[in-house]
Amino acid sequence: MNGTSQIGKLFLTLALTLLLVGLTFGVLASFVYINPNFLKDTLGFVALRPLHVSLVTFWIIIGANGGVMSALQILYPNKLSNKLATTQLLLWLIAIVGVMSSYFHKDFGGREYWEFNPIWALPIALAWVLYLVNFFRVIKTAEKWPVYVWMWMSGGLFFMFTFLENYLWVFPYFREHFVTDMTIQWKVNGSLVGSWNQLLYGTAFFIMDKISGDNKVGYSKLAFGMYFLGLFNLMFNWGHHIYTLPTESYIRYIGYGVSMTEWIFFARILFSWKQSVSDIKKHYHYFPYRFIMASDFWVFANMGQAIIMSIPALNLYTHGTHVTVAHAMGTTIGINTMILLAACFVFLKSDCITYNKPTRLLNTTFWLMQGGLLLFWLALNIAGIKKGIWQNSAHQIEYHQLMKQLIPYFTLFSIAGIILLITLFITGGVLLYHFIRCTNQSIKNQPVFTAQKSTTI
Amino acid sequence: MRITPTYLFVLLCFGFLVYSFTIYIKPSQQIKTQQFDASIAAEGKLIWQKYNCQSCHQLYGLGGYLGPDLTNVYSRKNETIIKGIIGSGVRSMPAFQIPDDEFTKLLEFLKQADASGNADYRNYNVLPNGMIEMQ
Repeated sequence: MNGTSQIGKLFLTLALTLLLVGLTFGVLASFVYINPNFLKDTLGFVALRPLHVSLVTFWIIIGANGGVMSALQILYPNKLSNKLATTQLLLWLIAIVGVMSSYFHKDFGGREYWEFNPIWALPIALAWVLYLVNFFRVIKTAEKWPVYVWMWMSGGLFFMFTFLENYLWVFPYFREHFVTDMTIQWKVNGSLVGSWNQLLYGTAFFIMDKISGDNKVGYSKLAFGMYFLGLFNLMFNWGHHIYTLPTESYIRYIGYGVSMTEWIFFARILFSWKQSVSDIKKHYHYFPYRFIMASDFWVFANMGQAIIMSIPALNLYTHGTHVTVAHAMGTTIGINTMILLAACFVFLKSDCITYNKPTRLLNTTFWLMQGGLLLFWLALNIAGIKKGIWQNSAHQIEYHQLMKQLIPYFTLFSIAGIILLITLFITGGVLLYHFIRCTNQSIKNQPVFTAQKSTTI
Repeated sequence: MRITPTYLFVLLCFGFLVYSFTIYIKPSQQIKTQQFDASIAAEGKLIWQKYNCQSCHQLYGLGGYLGPDLTNVYSRKNETIIKGIIGSGVRSMPAFQIPDDEFTKLLEFLKQADASGNADYRNYNVLPNGMIEMQ
């Protein structure tokens, strides 16, 4: 079996495993909102939350790497360096063990979302350098890049830049200036998410391109227009996170103005809905497509929410509330995870298992997952709106009283989390089981997209 | 001139770098204040991260959601109360045994956060263009 054809799959299966472990910690953390004493004297929320956040973040980043590498292997066969990719994978494994051990021993030190001892950022940064070297080795010979290659290139470069920028706080020069430090922190958070979105949307574009069989779309002016608009937002829209921070006005106005260009994405989704419905009808029975379709729905819901939250006058009611959590989780689960699951179903298939038609189990699980996510999203939004009203009210009750009033919504959020955990365990379990089974059978790989012509009839 | 993807990409990257470095040079333009010691506050930020306070607490609405926002806790509570809460814990917050030197640094960080502004959303005005501004 060719090593390079397998390496993307190894990244995807590692990422999938991290998702399942990370979700388990997420559900455990959600119980603390209902029972404050839950695991208080052992791990506690202080370790459960970063365990959840870091592992699901790694699912997205490592999964995005796996998706890009698998796609590159199809586009430019045997060009990826197996040695570089394997070293990258080993560095990731070292980082994951280090990060988890750091949390279990409560050896914190980093910023929010990257709270582990900063030493473990080194193997991650090094792994990313190797990824970039490998990526550019492959694409440097390609003559004209389709839009998804541009997206992968931008995502890769900007992830590297912002990941390093994320550690500027180690220099007292930055840390001594409270407002600048927080400005940089949220500049990084905004651009990092934009970077992995470029990697994932590129992969989603690649999959759709191959499903439709229309290779011209990847070179169209509209596709490039949307790509540059996304890149522009990645670079400049992050100011919408810090409207309440006493930073310079121009930063807040740039964030506000650039965020409003997202109306163009929103309008595009609305104008193309007829085409989308027709595409859904055409490809509905091709199972991986189902997840791309789901991600489209969640793009619509979360982008509408994001635009509303980006208007400063309305942001006063959503900032620092669970509406923000609903948005963060709605996008990471609804968009990022759905695209990555589609990628797993496409790239982890072989002639041992194709996933072209869903089994009853996978079909039911898919719809339960979407229902669970909707409940999850709604419960957080309602809790967030209630907190938003509280933080703007003239007569505030105590914070702990507010949190007590929100327990029914947190209970719903926990139940929805359990539904997501179960459905993702089933979906991920099926993917991992067949991957191990097929690898053991050592059946010779065939080109990934050969069986899909039937889906476009 | 024909606008190619490469040209547009380089142009955007240039704008991004200029914007980034405009932000990076801000600390060098800062006027020193007497309200807190910036170098001790910078050490205090490391203590804030060491005990992962951000996991549950926010500053300017940014951070965790389990506990209250601590931007102006320094002016709302006195040092003894802050030390008491940290040392004994409350509800889901465990008791933290923080050495005195670390507590002093953490307190300086909270003093710096408090001096930077007010995080009470009720003090904001909404401008006609939709932007918000502290009263």
